Amino acid sequence: MKIAIPVDENSLNTGVCISFGRAPYFMVFDTDTKKGESYVNSAAESQGGAGVKAAQSIVDAGADILLTPRCGDNAVEVFKAAGIKLYKTKDGSAMDNIEAFLAGNLLLLTESHPGFHGHGG
Amino acid sequence: MKIAVLSGKGGTGKTLVSVNLASVAGPSTYIDCDVEEPNGHLFFKPNVVRSEKVAVKIPVVDAAHCTGCRTCVEFCQYNALAFIRNKPLVFEEVCHSCGGCVLLCPQKALHEQEKNIGVVEDGYSGEVFVRTGMLNTGEVSGVPIIRKLQRELPDETKTVLIDCPPGSACVVMESIKDADYCILVAEPTIFGAQNLGMVHELVTLFKKPCGAVLNKCQSGDNPSEQYCCEKSIRILGRIPFDSELGAMNSNAIIAARASGKYHQLFTELLDAVLTEVGKPT
Repeated sequence: MKIAIPVDENSLNTGVCISFGRAPYFMVFDTDTKKGESYVNSAAESQGGAGVKAAQSIVDAGADILLTPRCGDNAVEVFKAAGIKLYKTKDGSAMDNIEAFLAGNLLLLTESHPGFHGHGG
Repeated sequence: MKIAVLSGKGGTGKTLVSVNLASVAGPSTYIDCDVEEPNGHLFFKPNVVRSEKVAVKIPVVDAAHCTGCRTCVEFCQYNALAFIRNKPLVFEEVCHSCGGCVLLCPQKALHEQEKNIGVVEDGYSGEVFVRTGMLNTGEVSGVPIIRKLQRELPDETKTVLIDCPPGSACVVMESIKDADYCILVAEPTIFGAQNLGMVHELVTLFKKPCGAVLNKCQSGDNPSEQYCCEKSIRILGRIPFDSELGAMNSNAIIAARASGKYHQLFTELLDAVLTEVGKPT
């Protein structure tokens, strides 16, 4: 199983990024190999539709699960179509959250917010 | 001649200025480009003679013909398309209706479908031709409506007043694009001066000649006036902070039509504007 998570830095000790679509990096943790790899979120610089593009990259990375503090409507629609489940992160690092998820301590993310459409957040 | 009336924030007096200037301009045109909340028609109460729907084109996927090449997804600079479970997914509210994805699809697996986003209404109020753009609730961008508003105006109206949306975003740029002159309406507060700065920067970028109207003037400091002095912006006129004017405005009465005093004030303001427009830049 692959778990994706928006992160602030390209390192294993990184914190979770408060934004999904505009996160600088995504980490994908593979539970089989117990390894996490990060990649640059090219959607972060998009003028609009960052959520759609970022969600596409998560789908293309083969993730089954996304851990995130929040998520926009459009990205949620992409994840629904792709069958990826979203869980809400808690305080702590990215790895803390992955462990919390594996221990069954994270809840499904049930709320999404309308896009900011360039009006700022 | 097209004169755009703009301001950095709502409630500054754009509609007051543009409605009243159109009312004293003889045969003229008033265009309400504030399509999210058009209110000029509340003052003019025009007899609507024509109503036209405005539609944009949105791509529709024919999944049976799609081979998953992702040309459309990669082309879209607005990220309005995703490719999930072997078919493209269209995000209508992100789409800017450029038509590029439809043109580029090698399998012709995309076609365009019209989607209504609002209406344009034409009518008359005395000598004023009143055109109003109305964006449907929930739509993201009024730009396609504003584009339609500026087309095909009646020949007999020489002076066109464009009532812009507040701020300095895309919808405002679209509204002032064809303007010959810009009137910047400003309030006498620090916040007002800040907002005046925003629109002044915008019209400067568009290389439009401009002047300012100071609204809600009282005794004491006027930070917007100070800004005009610093930036050498011509002050075209001043409108007092007057309860009589406020009452007329609140009751959707056009001050220049109902009050001799305000007829004179707006006639003088229009003269000042026309003199400025006539000057070589």
